[in-house]
Parts: sequence; C-alpha cells; structure tokens
Amino acid sequence: MKLRSILADIGKSLATAVWFMVLLFPLMVMKVNVARGVAQIQFRWNLLPLVGVGAFVLSYAWRIALEWNERRGANKSEGMSSRIRAAGAAYLARPAVRTSSLLVLLAFVIAFPFLFGMYHTNVMITAFIYVILGLGLNIVVGLGGLLNLGYAAFFGVGAYTYGLIWKYIGPSFVAAGMDPGWLFWISLPLAGIIATLFGILLSLPVLRLRGDYLAIITLAFGEIFRMVMQNSGDLTGGATGISLIPRPWFFGQKLPPTKAATYIYFIAIVLVIITIFVVRRIEDSRVGRALEAMREDEVACEAMGIDLVKNKLITFALGAFWAGIAGVLMAAQTTYINPDSFTLWESIIILMAVVIGGTGSIPGVIGGAILLKLLPEYFRALAQYRMLIYGIAMILVIIFKPDGLIPRKRKQYTFERKEATK
Amino acid sequence: MALLELKDVQTFYGNIQALKGISISVEEGEIVTLIGANGAGKTTTLMSICGITPIRSGQIILKGQEISKLSPNRIVKMGVSQVPEGRRIFPQLTVSENLDMGAFLRTDKEGIRRDMEQVFTIFPRLAERRNQLGGTLSGGEQQMLAISRALMANPHLLLLDEPSLGLAPLVVQNIFEVIQKINKERKTTILLVEQNANMALKIANKGYVMQNGVIKIADTAAHLLENEEVRKAYLGL
Repeated sequence: MKLRSILADIGKSLATAVWFMVLLFPLMVMKVNVARGVAQIQFRWNLLPLVGVGAFVLSYAWRIALEWNERRGANKSEGMSSRIRAAGAAYLARPAVRTSSLLVLLAFVIAFPFLFGMYHTNVMITAFIYVILGLGLNIVVGLGGLLNLGYAAFFGVGAYTYGLIWKYIGPSFVAAGMDPGWLFWISLPLAGIIATLFGILLSLPVLRLRGDYLAIITLAFGEIFRMVMQNSGDLTGGATGISLIPRPWFFGQKLPPTKAATYIYFIAIVLVIITIFVVRRIEDSRVGRALEAMREDEVACEAMGIDLVKNKLITFALGAFWAGIAGVLMAAQTTYINPDSFTLWESIIILMAVVIGGTGSIPGVIGGAILLKLLPEYFRALAQYRMLIYGIAMILVIIFKPDGLIPRKRKQYTFERKEATK
Repeated sequence: MALLELKDVQTFYGNIQALKGISISVEEGEIVTLIGANGAGKTTTLMSICGITPIRSGQIILKGQEISKLSPNRIVKMGVSQVPEGRRIFPQLTVSENLDMGAFLRTDKEGIRRDMEQVFTIFPRLAERRNQLGGTLSGGEQQMLAISRALMANPHLLLLDEPSLGLAPLVVQNIFEVIQKINKERKTTILLVEQNANMALKIANKGYVMQNGVIKIADTAAHLLENEEVRKAYLGL
C-alpha cells in the first residue's frame, strides 16, 4: 500500500517533469541568435535534463509536503512541533519566566539604538511603523472582515497632514519664533483625526458592499488619493513631494540626525505599545465582538440589533486613525514624502503582513510586519527576487499555515470560576 | 389590541414583489404560525417585521406604534427578536460570545448574566459547550444556540424562522417542546414560520397559510388541522 502510493507519486512527478520539459522547451532549450540579419536557432540540449530533474525533484517534494500537511491536520495534537509549542507555552505561562522574559525583551528593545547604530535603528523604526499599520489594518480586516486595499491612502493622509502643516504653517511658525519641532506633536493627533475623517468618508459609499466589490472600491480610493496628491502640484508639491520635513525636537532642542533617529525610535516604541494596548481593549470589548459578529454574518447581526452602519464606520475610522499616526511617524523619519510612498503595493504589503502573521492575532501581525520589513532590508543581495520570495512565502503560508504564523488564540470565558468565588 | 399587526404589507426585492398585501395580527401571549411552501414569502414577512427588508407600502404596528420605518436595531430594542432561517450563528465566536451578541442592546450586566444562566438551564447542552466555537456545534445545538441568542435580547415577541430546518425528527421534537415552554414560562409571544406544518399547527393557537405572497387561509390552528385543503396541500394527509 505504502510502496504503491510512493510509486504513484513518483509516476505523477515524472509526468510533471515531462510536461515541464515540453513546456519550457522553447524558453530554455531553444535560443535564437540574430547574426547579420539572419536568425539562427541554437539548441541547448544540455539544459533539457536539468529542467526535467529540477521539475521532478520540486514536484516530488511538493507532493510529500502536501501529504505531510494532510497527515499533520489529522493528528494535530501529537505532532512534534505542537508538543514543543505546548511545552514552551507552559514554560512561558509561569509568571516569573513571563515577566523576566518580557523585561529582557524590553531591555533589548531599549538598548537597541545604542548597540547597533543609526542604520539599524532606522530599519527598526520602519518596522515599527509597519507594526502600527498592520495592527490598524487588522482591526478592519481581522476583526471587521472588510477587505481594504486602499489602506496606504490613510497612511498617506497622515504623512501629508504633517507635510502640509510643515509647508504652510511651518514658515509662520518659525517667523513667530517657535520651534518647528513642535509641529510633529501638533500633527500627530491631528493626522489621526483627519485620517479618521477620511476613513468615515470612505466608509459611507461602501456601507452596502462586501468582498470583491469592497476591495475594488477601497483600491480605487487608494489610487484616487495618490493621483490627487500627485496632480495638485501647487498645493502638495506634486510628484516631487514635500521635503525637509523637520524631525521632532527634544524639548525645544534640535537633535542631530543620529540622535533624532534614536528619539523617533523611542516615540515609535511608545506608539506601538499604545496601539497594542488600545487594539487589545477594542478586541476584548463588546464593540470589538460586534465587529467580529459583523465579519461572521451581517443578517444575523441586524437581527440581533447590531447597527451595521455604525459598525462599519467604527471599523474604517479606527483603522484609518492608526494609519494616520503611522504616516506622521514616517514623514518625520524620512523627512521627505511624495505620492510614490503610498501606492497600491504599499497597501498589499501591509495586508500581507496581517495575513502571513495571522489575521486577527496581535502577536501574529506584529511578527508579520517586522518579518516583512526586516528581511528585505537585511537580504538586500536578493532584492531583485523579493517579489518572487514574497509570492512563494504567501503560497506556503496559505497552504501550510492558513491561520498565519502565529494564529489567533480565542479568549476563553469561564463562568464557573466566578460563581465559585461568590 | 394586538401586540403585532401587519396591515396590507407589500415588500419588493428590486422589481419582484414578494409580499402582495399581507395582513396578520398576533395577540399577546399567543403562538402564531405562518405555514406555506417554498417561496410563499414567509421569511420575507419576518424580515419585513424586523426591518431588514424594508416594506414598500402598508403598516406594521407593534404595541400600537408604527415600526415599518424604523431601523432594525430600533425594532430589536422594542422587544422583537429573530431566530433567522438557517440558524446563522456566528461560527468563529464561542457559545457564550454568541449569546452575549444576542444581548447586544442591553446594558444591564447583571440581567444578562442571569438570563444566560437561565438559557443554560433551558439548554443544558449549551452550558457544556459555552467555550466552544459556534461553528463546531452540531445542527441541533446550533439551532438551540440561535434560539437562545434571540432569547438573550429578552424579547416580547420572538420570531422563529424554520427552526426544524435540516434537523433530525427527535431534535425537532425537542426544539418544539422548548418553544412551547418559552411561550408558557416566559410569556413570550411567538410568531413561528414553518414548513413542518403538522408540528407547527399542533403547538400554535392560530395559523396563517401563505401562498405566492398572499395569505390564503387564516384560522385557528385547530381548524386548520381539520381543513381539507390544508391537510391535502401541507400536511400530506
């Protein structure tokens, strides 16, 4: 039985290999040289076995992986990895271990800019910005179940709020003898509020939409935002964007770039912590659960008296708020913004961080965002294959870990214990 | 005065008229059943009462107040709660979270907790599974959950849409017993939509037979059970 299935697998893989050899024949084997106006076909026969063997090995490995995945699904509790994870969780659940490991992590995070210098600090800031973005989008996609492909636009709204405030209010601010560094702190809440308003604005036309249609409208919104920013040159600087945006000052003191990076790094950490805290509160609240209920079943929600209109407004507004905050941070870090930073591609990266990390799971989204921003940064040598790697990673995650790398753990509510204490 | 009264209600889906002038009245404390074949407009009637599919003309009067222009959440607040067709529980929420969503508009935590315990005494199976995800329950348990979730809103009027759909006969028996119990013990008025006309008429006080968007026959349940036409068309006798 076992032997037969192995033989069947080998047979199928062989068929795949032959098929690939045929398919890739014109691409890999035939090469057309044009010399003196005459096309000559050169046959590179030595590549043919390479294609065959490569296709066979890949196909066979893929089959084994799929089978392993199926078996793993059948006896989930007995797998080696799940046993290790359970042991790890039990170890971490001990309060002493938990607090001390949290402290070590915190110490490392605090010491990071002093240990690794400006370049790595800046990389980390970018990662933190994406953590905030991921957590914000997670409210929309993970809790509310509304696919938003124009999320980068809210990010842009935040960044442009700061940029435009600097461009138009900055000079008079300086003329009045005040530090331009304060503008950052003014912009931060303001950008959040303006992004929220844009979120509500977007949610109005999409109240009745779900799924594909919602995705298309949000995608269009993202592109409209970018195009408006690009084409209103007088107002926003057009494609050249806005430059020389000030970094935040440290209590009325201008910092040199290295120190400013460290400063922004700590601001980013504080914002990340606030975001995590607030998002957790939302998740545990009744509003959060109503959002989840909306994701599950809209008609049932209406029958329960949950106001869908209000719910969708809240979802988009909350998601947009964090994107606005992240935008200000981004503008302050790079000191330069232009419409190209807020393309559809940006929205997709944020969405990928959420999906790869684990939709709805806060640690998952944090991990996903950091992974997706750090890896390309540290593997610059592979930069031209980045899209390929992202694509493969996405397929692997969807097939082997459909809930993401760190899936969401459902909170357990126990009523029995409460009664016992009464 | 009737608790709920529909007067010549017409509802459309786009250009298609689903309800062609429905008039129903439900008295306080009654079980009223709405029977009829597929596509007769039974579900649409319930959805119209809830305000989920807004009506085009006619009147819906609840406790002497016109409600047909109100939003669904206002109607739920007035004490109407629905067990939708096909159960429609929230599969990714736990049983207790599902129940909590049913009490979404209530703010009295103590009352919600008490009602949850009460629901658990009606359906002990749910108590065992309170931390389980809704989607992992069996069909019968999901129906129990859907009914319980609607009860959590503490309704005066409970709208039940085909509670017997896709359930084993024994489970259906059990569900109908509970419906009767809810009506008797909680004094909840019940409007029951059913294809299982026999079961529905046995527990109901009054019945309406619907066909193609109109009420064909309106009578007491006992009379309907005797009615030759009903027996032939809906009871299969």
